[in-house]
Amino acid sequence: MSCDYTRTVLHGYLDGELDATRAGEFERHLEACRECANTLGAEESLRSSLQRSGLYEHAPVSLRKRIRADLDAATAPALALRIPVWRWFAVAAAILLVASISWYAWPRLQNSAASAPVTAAEIIDAHVRSLQPGHLMDVASTDQHTVKPWFNGKLAFIPPVKDFADEGFSLIGGRLDVLNGQNVAALVYARRKHIVNVFVWSTKEPDTPIHPPGSRQGYQWVHWRHQGMEFCAVSDVSAADLHELAQLLYE
Amino acid sequence: MSGSDQGRGSDVLDAQERARFEQLVLPHLDAAFNLARWLLRSRADSEDVAQEAMLRAFRFFRGFHGGDARAWLLQIVRNTCYTWLEKNRPVELMTEFDEEMHPQPSVSPEALAIAGDNRDRLTRALESLPPRFREVLVLRELEGCSYKEIAAITAIPIGTVMSALARGRQRLQRALTHSSPQEASREL
Repeated sequence: MSCDYTRTVLHGYLDGELDATRAGEFERHLEACRECANTLGAEESLRSSLQRSGLYEHAPVSLRKRIRADLDAATAPALALRIPVWRWFAVAAAILLVASISWYAWPRLQNSAASAPVTAAEIIDAHVRSLQPGHLMDVASTDQHTVKPWFNGKLAFIPPVKDFADEGFSLIGGRLDVLNGQNVAALVYARRKHIVNVFVWSTKEPDTPIHPPGSRQGYQWVHWRHQGMEFCAVSDVSAADLHELAQLLYE
Repeated sequence: MSGSDQGRGSDVLDAQERARFEQLVLPHLDAAFNLARWLLRSRADSEDVAQEAMLRAFRFFRGFHGGDARAWLLQIVRNTCYTWLEKNRPVELMTEFDEEMHPQPSVSPEALAIAGDNRDRLTRALESLPPRFREVLVLRELEGCSYKEIAAITAIPIGTVMSALARGRQRLQRALTHSSPQEASREL
């Protein structure tokens, strides 16, 4: 009547959260245990009811508008006038604290007076974000002649799009991304099973050689400026591999 | 070394942060609203609370350094909901968190399918559960969260997520099959 599996493991199995060994064990148990088989059937039926019934409630448009207005108000400098002074100090102190922590925690990639510098944290965030399902590419193609025209008219500069499949870096696509509030091109390369993002944006700063690679949270990046464009390649491949790609792009 | 940069004025940084916020967090507004709606059982209140939670998320956003933005936001939404419930409907939170798993005759899939086909009944059954069970079910079944994400959002240990779901599902089945259709139509 009360099989121990029914109470717990069955749910891990139903939710696909068991590892292969435990799932296999449970499947063998399922063949012998009527109670678990019935319960599993009932749970599956319940799940499909929940998912079919349209219980998920989407945010109304009015709410979206209200939130945008909130963000506008919170972003506008005029905020200071409407908030009691002590709260404003508290907010300012918190902002200053976080800003100074991030200042020390994240190395700067560049220091340009004209545009705000992009930090390593942003580059890595953008890389990680791109690896989430469906985020990697706007244009998926191994053909540089497809990827390059795709960027036309989308950016104020034309990123160099080259495939280095022969050298072990296959171009697999590209997308538009935003770094530090400015539009950038992202070229996506595959190195064996790893993904490399090369971010490209325009700059007025002079050319630099390829800087020595930086490393954080298991990700490597290299950075350089060439002919009015700033490049940052980021990936979990080795620093040597990344440097190799940077050299190919630089040439 | 950082003096000139910090003195650059917070509005510039705010604009950058906002762009990042809109890209990473705002897309999860539906998830935020849905969780609030099921925790508060009211669309109107959920709009207010989801709005407040979004603004709080924006204020805390500098503390978010990548990772799972949805789980991060839902954690804030959940906390905002509970604070709201404590203030406005404290009685609801007093329903005790039933740790016992009551053995019960298993319900036949057919009976459940019939009961589950009625959206209103399903809604009422889900709403009748204590909030702690309701939230794990909503996160798992409607939002499709993994155990790890549920643990992060609800601040319960990951090892407890599976048993919380097991108990929640058992209670939901009971609520579904114990309210007869007659009762259900009377309540309408």
